[in-house]
Order: sequence, then structure tokens, then C-alpha cells
Amino acid sequence: MKHLEQIHNQSAWLTSLISVLLGMLVGAGMMLAAGYDPLLAYGALFQNAIFQPYDLGETIRTITPLILTGLAVGLAFRTGLFNIGVEGQMIIGSLAAAIVGLKFSLPPVLHSAAAVAAAAVAGALWAFIPGLLKAVRGVHEVITTIMMNFIALNLSNWLVRTWLSNGADSTDKIKESASLRWDLLSQWFDNSRIHLGIMIALLAAYGMYVLLWKTTYGFELRAVGYNPHASEYAGMNVKRSILSSMMISGMFAGLAGACQLLGTSGYLSIRGGFEGIGFDGIAVALLGANAPIGILLAAVLFGVLTYGGGNMQFAADVPFEVIRVVFAAIILFVAANLSQSIFSRARGMRREPHA
Amino acid sequence: MNAVEMRGITKRFPGIVANDQVHLSVNQGEIHALLGENGAGKSTLMNILFGLYQPDEGEIFIREKPVKITGPTKAAALGIGMVHQHFMLVEPFTVTENIILGAEPTSRGCIDRHRAEREVREISEKYGLRVDPTARIRDISVGMQQRVEILKTLYRGAEVLIFDEPTAVLSPQEIDELMEIMENLVREGKTIIFITHKLKEIMRICDTVTVIRRGKTIGSTSVKGTSEQELASMMVGREVSFSVNKQESRPGKTVLKVQSLTVKDSRGVEAVRGLDLEVRAGEIVGLAGVDGNGQSELLEAITGLRKAHAGDILLNGEAITRLQPRAIARRGVGHIPEDRQKRGLVLDFSIGENMVLQTYDQTPFAKGFLLRYPEIFRHAKRLIEDFDVRTPDEQTHARALSGGNQQKAIIAREVDRDPDLLIAAQPTRGLDVGAIEFIHRRLVEQRDKGKAVLLMSLELDEILKLSDRIAVMYGGRIAGWLNPKTTNEEEIGLLMAGGKVGEEVAQG
Repeated sequence: MKHLEQIHNQSAWLTSLISVLLGMLVGAGMMLAAGYDPLLAYGALFQNAIFQPYDLGETIRTITPLILTGLAVGLAFRTGLFNIGVEGQMIIGSLAAAIVGLKFSLPPVLHSAAAVAAAAVAGALWAFIPGLLKAVRGVHEVITTIMMNFIALNLSNWLVRTWLSNGADSTDKIKESASLRWDLLSQWFDNSRIHLGIMIALLAAYGMYVLLWKTTYGFELRAVGYNPHASEYAGMNVKRSILSSMMISGMFAGLAGACQLLGTSGYLSIRGGFEGIGFDGIAVALLGANAPIGILLAAVLFGVLTYGGGNMQFAADVPFEVIRVVFAAIILFVAANLSQSIFSRARGMRREPHA
Repeated sequence: MNAVEMRGITKRFPGIVANDQVHLSVNQGEIHALLGENGAGKSTLMNILFGLYQPDEGEIFIREKPVKITGPTKAAALGIGMVHQHFMLVEPFTVTENIILGAEPTSRGCIDRHRAEREVREISEKYGLRVDPTARIRDISVGMQQRVEILKTLYRGAEVLIFDEPTAVLSPQEIDELMEIMENLVREGKTIIFITHKLKEIMRICDTVTVIRRGKTIGSTSVKGTSEQELASMMVGREVSFSVNKQESRPGKTVLKVQSLTVKDSRGVEAVRGLDLEVRAGEIVGLAGVDGNGQSELLEAITGLRKAHAGDILLNGEAITRLQPRAIARRGVGHIPEDRQKRGLVLDFSIGENMVLQTYDQTPFAKGFLLRYPEIFRHAKRLIEDFDVRTPDEQTHARALSGGNQQKAIIAREVDRDPDLLIAAQPTRGLDVGAIEFIHRRLVEQRDKGKAVLLMSLELDEILKLSDRIAVMYGGRIAGWLNPKTTNEEEIGLLMAGGKVGEEVAQG
């Protein structure tokens, strides 16, 4: 497993780990300041996230889309792109899945597979537009993907009202044959809403690992991400790499949308604003150091915090917002790479040697 | 009086001792060279003097008084200024704005531009820097930008100026001018510490030289009593040969033929204008010229990185003018790029991955879509041995290697592909004599194997030493062909500056 170590070097692990601990400390500090008992609160959080089969199932359901949006952001990052449009690509993925789930009639397994595939393609196509603008005209992807988010949101809302329902706020339930729920799985987890999306997410994580670190194409994507000039010199097609990396990223986002729609909600409704799972993907990718295993672990953590945080509100009477503060603090610590400077000071050095 | 004295400086980094009991004493009003190979510990020592690092052991005395230099601000207060190798300038700002940045003279809370400009002009004139205080940085040459860096330190009252390899980025003329400026500075009582590994420059301008090797002080000597040869062996720790041993060339068939080629630069201006060039098997053609006369654009056009606007490029009689870089490389063109860190390497890739940057999708490195890392690393291991690349192992990131070893890695990769035409652009820029010697030998070896070598260099020395024929580029054309055996630096310099030379060798 020497190769894995290479992807995920030690300092990235440490940075993430220490950042999580510091972030939770900040949360504890907030709770103390507001007069809550942090030990009780965190205890309740974890207890209610993983110890009961039902809660465990619900936590896994929360983790599923986070893995996929984290992968989407992480893959784009690896190739030097900042895809902030994961949210929008996810909405489009949900939309495509809903259309296939509502308007088509297919046998059970095939139907859900078709809906998932449609979501993946739709997400990729939605990311194709900013990718093309970046590759051909050099338009910064941060701007275009943010704009595409709003187009996606309003397009979805408009279609729900006009085509997918009769002027209602949400569509009907998708056909049973398109659903990602599996009764047996739900029963194991005490009838929670866990669904097969988790398998898709795990496969996607493995797929990203193989693509980036095992294939010649991934070699190109990584090279372009690190140094487009050297990649061009070495005869790689930089524009094509940018385009395909955006599309693969969009595909992961589309899959996240499919999981939410085909697994969790089962219908599409009008959104007042962004759900935020796509944006959370940025945090997941950052904490996970843009590597598949790191992203998996980061998604687990954020999923546990999110789901457990909801329960914490009931059990310990601590407001959920505290959990968002913990999120933000963790990301701040990762971004500032504070842990590294603490560590290096402890060892009595200031910077990397540059002799 | 000693302007600077560093006694018993030791600085450890995890895994290495960068400075080990280093001594340096610099007299007031002299130019003191700090000589050493890349990675010898010169920069670490100067960063300690400039307050960027704290030494683990040792003492520093400035004008005979013990001091603790806790940071660059403290260093500046003690009259130490550093002219960095990589300029730290704000491009859209004017010269004056850059110089006063962080030390702005104010009147009633506003920046006093007139006073600032006047002061900058005064200092500039006093030391013969001839800088226009109102020019914008992005509009002035690299040489001028360096003078702005010098002005910056003087404006802050520097008495001791550290020059970190200042000539690496300059043309021969600019180097002459810089030397003049350094002499002016010393005449006005400043002290200069000159970090370099160019022996010629030391002999020419320095008073004393301290040699550092592998973090230790090897010795300090007066320049008058030493020779280039002696300094080189002090620096490298063994005898170094300066001359390149090479036989008479036996040129064969034409490998590269460039016909009335026109290439536009990034701004759309014609950088190469109807240029003709021929390189034959078994010869080294040296491409001389002042930076910015179309050399880079010419090489980029040959390698496919830049589109040719008009004209033809033939490799072994076959047109490669409109081919993609990958196709050109596979037809037998090796390219040691001008900027090794920008073009030549993916710094965050391992050495192994960098060694297959063009060939990763070919057997034996790939099987179908899948990479075969064992093969990739085995290949790298062999090249690392063959080309003496100093690296802990083949999985180390390229970033961790010294400049010389990065360059060796690139040369290993390019030479190993066994190209018919090897293009080497500034292959030894910024390298120390040991590495230069090695690279020169490799280039001649390629020639002797019957390969065509096109060598672009801004160092006339290098051109004269290695080339079998010299093409001087001026204004996007070949201004003239010279025979290295009969010509000299003055003649080349004249052609480089756009003059005419009587005797020229016919091309071909």
C-alpha cells in the first residue's frame, strides 16, 4: 500500500485530524460560552448518530451525497479546477432522474439504472458548459459555475411547476421501479431511509482512485492540474483534460442528485434556495485532501455531525447552528493549515528546508 | 573593520545540516563572494543573515557588535539589504511606488510622491543606476527591475547588500552594467556580499571569496592570490576540467531544416521573421543572441508548442510544421526546455513519473489504459543511476531536488528517448560547474553518436565551447554564421547587437 501513502501523505492526514479536533474544541468553547454542556452535547450527537440501527441508516443516507459531491469537488481540484457548480450539477442530476423516474416506464432494476445514468449524463453536460468556456475562451470556472447554479435552480423549479406537475409545488412520487430504496436494506436498518446510493458513492470513490492513479488518462489529468505548461510541453492535450475533468466532476455531482431524488425524497419539489450539499462537498474535499479515502472519511464525519447534530438539539437542547460553526471552524483550520505550524513549532523548525 | 562576521553558524533542518560551523567575515567596503555549488548552504547562510532563519548555534556581529537578527525588519534596521534572485516587485506599480512600498514618506497623512520621487532620483544618480522613477515595472527590462531591487535596499539605508545570484537573469551587456554599479556602490562605502557560482565574475569583480561546500566553510581567500581552477576545485572538492574534450565534428545528412519561418509571439508581433536554419547529424549548432530576439519562439515553433505563421520545418526531410507536440516528439525531437520548472517538470510528481512525462502511455509503462508503476520506477531507477541524478529515491517529488539535479533528470529523460534532434535551451542556466561539466559532456556525447544538437544559450562561453557552428540571432533572423574556432566573443557580441561582421562562414 505504499502507493496509497503517496497519494495521501502524512502531513495531509495530520492536518485534517488536528483540524477536526480543533474545530470541535471551538464548538465546545461556543457551547460553554452559551451555557451548554459540551460533553453532554457531543455525547448525544454521537450516540444518536450511530448507536441505533435506524440512526445509523439515516446517517449513512446523509453521508451518501456528501461523498459524491466531495468527489466531484476533489476531482476537479486535482486537475486544477475549482468547481463551485456542484450544487447546480446536482440539481440537474435530480431533475434528470425525476424526469426518467416519472415519465418512463421500465422494468424495476433497469428503470433505476436508467434514471441514475440520466442523472450522471445530465450533471456532466451541465459541467461541460463552464468546462468549454474555460478551455476555449479562458473564462474562469468559478464565475461560470456559480452562475450555472442559479440557472439550474430556476430551470428545475420552472419545470416542476409547468411540466412535471400541474402547477403544484412538487411532483408526484417517482415510479416504484425507479427507486433506489431496497426494502431488505431498509428493514436491516429499522426502516430508515437508507438506500443503494451508498453503493454508488463507494463505487465512485473507487472509480476516482483508479482513474486518477492507475490509468494513463488520470496521469494526464493530474499532470495538467499540477502544471499545464509542462503538460503541454509533454504533448498532452490540456484543453481536452480541462473539459473532461469538469465533466467527470459534473458526473459525480449528477450522481449525488440521483441519490437524493431516487433514494431519499422520491419526488422533486420547488426549492426556495440551495440545499447546500454541493457546497458542503467543497468542505468535504478540502478536509479529505482531495483524495478518495480522505473524502470518504470526511464525508462520514460531516454526515455524522449533520445527522447527529439534529438529534443533539432534542437530546441536549443545543441548537443545530453549533454544528455548522464546528464545520466552519474545521474548514478554517484546514485552510489556514494552522495545525502544521503548531506541529513544526513543536519540533523547533519554522519552514521546509530550502538549502 | 568587519562589516559582517558570522561565527560558527549551524543550522539544522530535519534530515540535513544545512550549515555546519560556518564562518564568514566580510570587510567593510569590499565585494565578498560567497561561492558554492547549488545546495551547498549559501542561501541558508544568507537567509540567516537576513533574519529569515534563526541559527541553531553561532553568533553574528555587525560592525563588530554582537546582534540577534530576529527578522527582515531587524536586518533592515541593521543596514542589511538583500537583492533577491526572484524579484519581489508589484508589476503595475511605478518604480518609485515599489521602492517606497512599506516605507512611504508622508506629508499630512498622504504619500508625499514628489519627495519620494526626488529621493529615488537622487539615490539612483549617486550610484549610477539610471532608473526612471516614474516608469512602470512591467514596462522595463529585467536588468532595470533588478536595479529597482537594488534601489529598494539603498532607500532603506542598507550598508551591506546581499546579491543572490544576480547575473543569472541578465544578458552579457546587463552583466557589465551591473558590475559597474557594484563598483560604484563599493566606492561610496557600501559592502557587498555576492552569492554566485560563476567563477569568471568572481575573478573580475570580487576582493575576497569564501567557499562553502556541503554546509561547511572550505576556506576564505583573496581573489588576487587565486585562480578559477583553484576556486573550482575548492567548490566541487575535486579537479574540474573547463575545456570540453571533443573531436572534430563529422556532420552527416541534414536532420533539421527550417525554411523562411515566421512565428508570432504571444502579443501577435512577429518574433521570427523569415528565418532559415539547418542542423545536420553529428554537429552542434549554437544559437546565440540577446534574450528576446526570437530564439524562444523559434524553438517553440520547432517543438510544436507555438504555431508557425508561415514557412516550413522539416525533420529528416518530412514536414513537421503543423504537427502537435506529441507527434513531433515521437518523430525524434528531444527538448530540454528553457524554463525547467515551468515546462520541463511537474514538480509535484515523483521523479519516476517525470521520467515518463511523454511516454507514460506506451509500453512498457502502460498496458492498455493502466499504468504499470513498477516498470515506471524501474526505468527511473536506471536513468537516475546512468545520469547521476542525486535524489533519495525515484519516488521523491521533483520539487525536492536541487536545480542541477532537476536539470539532470530532464536531460536523462530527453537523451534516453534517443532523439535524432536534441534541442537544448539554456541547459546549464543557474547550475554549478560540476553539473555544467556533466551536461556539456552529455551534449557532445549525443553529437558523437551522430545526433543533431541545437543549443540555445545566452552564455557566450558555452556557445563557443560546444558549438561546431554558431548562428547569431538578431531581430528574428539569423544575423550571421560564425566558426567557433576563428571567432571570438567580441565578434559574436557585435552580431548580437545588430552589427555586421566581415568574415562569415557559409551555411551548409
